[in-house]
Amino acid sequence: MARIISMKDAVNEALDQEMTRDPTVIMMGEDIVGGAGAQGEDDAWGGVLGVSKGLYAKHPNQMIDTPLSESAYVGAAIGAATAGLRPVAELMFIDFIGVCLDQVFNQAAKFRYMFGGKAETPVVIRAMCGAGFRAAAQHSQMLTPLFTHIPGLKVVCPSNAYDCKGLLIQAIRDNDPVIFLEHKNLYASTADVPEEPYTIPFGEANIVREGRDATIVTYGQMVGRSVEAAELLKKDGVDVEVIDLRTLSPIDMDTVLESVEATGRLVCVDEANPRCSIAADIAATVAQDAFDALKAPIRMVTPPHAPVPFSPSLEDAYVPSAERIAAAVRKTLEN
Amino acid sequence: MSNPFPLPKEQLLDAYRKMKTIRDFEERLHVDFARGEIPGFVHLYAGEEATAVGIMMHLHDRDRIASTHRGHGHCIAKGVDVKAMMAEIYGKATGCCAGKGGSMHIADLSLGMMGANGILGAGAPLVCGAALAAQKLGHDGVGITFFGDGASNQGTVLESMNLAAIWNLPAIFVVENNGYAESTSVDYATASDSYVDRATGFGMPGITVDGLDFFAVYEAAGEVIRRAREGAGPTLLECKNVRFFGHFEGDAQTYKAPGENEYNRANNDCLKLFRQKVTEAGVISESELDAIDAEVAQLIDEAVAEAIAAPLPGPEQLTTDVYVN
Repeated sequence: MARIISMKDAVNEALDQEMTRDPTVIMMGEDIVGGAGAQGEDDAWGGVLGVSKGLYAKHPNQMIDTPLSESAYVGAAIGAATAGLRPVAELMFIDFIGVCLDQVFNQAAKFRYMFGGKAETPVVIRAMCGAGFRAAAQHSQMLTPLFTHIPGLKVVCPSNAYDCKGLLIQAIRDNDPVIFLEHKNLYASTADVPEEPYTIPFGEANIVREGRDATIVTYGQMVGRSVEAAELLKKDGVDVEVIDLRTLSPIDMDTVLESVEATGRLVCVDEANPRCSIAADIAATVAQDAFDALKAPIRMVTPPHAPVPFSPSLEDAYVPSAERIAAAVRKTLEN
Repeated sequence: MSNPFPLPKEQLLDAYRKMKTIRDFEERLHVDFARGEIPGFVHLYAGEEATAVGIMMHLHDRDRIASTHRGHGHCIAKGVDVKAMMAEIYGKATGCCAGKGGSMHIADLSLGMMGANGILGAGAPLVCGAALAAQKLGHDGVGITFFGDGASNQGTVLESMNLAAIWNLPAIFVVENNGYAESTSVDYATASDSYVDRATGFGMPGITVDGLDFFAVYEAAGEVIRRAREGAGPTLLECKNVRFFGHFEGDAQTYKAPGENEYNRANNDCLKLFRQKVTEAGVISESELDAIDAEVAQLIDEAVAEAIAAPLPGPEQLTTDVYVN
């Protein structure tokens, strides 16, 4: 029987189940409980959007509110991960990585290699990402390419509640550092999510929709938009395949290449800025490895090379729409 | 004659051996680097040996330390294998990090050594994590982060002191104040004259000791480590030091006063001070110490010879060890 829950509740459930299963799983972050040391209610917030609401009551020793010191607590999560805990550190917004990036990219990502394969750093850094909340330039970025660039990190960005639960449980059980990006616009989205814990392996893309005429490769919030675009194109008799990468590092290029070999047309849709993006990475790899299969130039659909704007009219124009994605697919069909 | 020191003779001999091993390791690297035999960047710890050894004598393998770019001394004091260290610095496959880390990233997590670190101040948050793990896992391990007067001004260190204080972590912040942040004087770069005042500002005790005096360091460290193990929280420990060499090998050190290094070697040598104290007290003889000197010299010779003879990592190692799976 279907059990329809939101992605926000799926995150909460994954954290709850993993903290129950394994007492070394701890969660750290700003206001993840809320009201620490204050006179009012305990568990006042449960995270700024209430994602971790209720977890403190069930796991009081595993839920740790932190001061506004991202370097200190993200670094502490990383250090604790080398010393027997499996911390999940929450950065409220991935945009805050700027004040603690060293701990992520010079420390966690590199320990295993620098130390000759003798370190394990099972840490998850969860953060909200993405535009659409009218949250402006410092609370709306994707930054997925930034992390995907760095060897030693795994990068996950789910598109729906079902994947989110399975990928988050996998991230917590994984022995490498994982950047887990939850698109804030997807928290309210719902899916059929089994109550029992399950994992989704990293590096396995999901073919959301099969099609013969063109391939759209994307992830995160853009998966839904791409499926909308595919529905628009269906009315014109165009049959589009939509691939949800789910994890950006590792990345499932085999599924992408197989699809392009079959369709001959590729549109890369990325909510990150275009330069050195996931879209550019996919396009370059396909151009190198499947050039002969291409019947038309690869198209990329991304925001412009500009910060995320505040004004609703600008932000709506910034984020790729289903219409823009559909137009890009049509462009590939002109050849 | 009775032993007036807080350690039995065997441990005094062990402390001397460790300090002498650090000194000879660094003096040898200085020579071999100048001859062009060592790849990369090397930062030497010579002059500060009493601090590393005086603190580490109190630690067990489950106690965690985070070191600095100037990390060889901390490694040796924490018990990392000297030959594996030398091989690592030579970039050899037999190195303790398989030749992938080098001087700035020597680590041995099995001994609680969380790594030398090329990023100044980066160890402070990591050690807070290790201390948090000890707290959560219910063992009495402590976490000690070393940083210089230079890195004492990094936000990571200051944030971590606050974090350790509010969480009452078994963490110890050791400032190795050798007077220089690379080439820049502590008088220029650090606003406060007193690290004790800084500790007070973060709600933790602060202690300043003469880092050249092994016994002063040993006693102060013993007290702050005991406090941490007993759940009384973090402490800052400033050890006033001298740096015999430059920031890195190849540093002409023209920023130092004329004759400063020579003066320090003559008057501020922690090994000489140790030797003088234990022999004058009649606890250890000159000949016993000379015998250790000879053994250490032989160990360093062997370490270098074995490092030179060891194989380089093969190209198949280029992409291994990036991920666990």
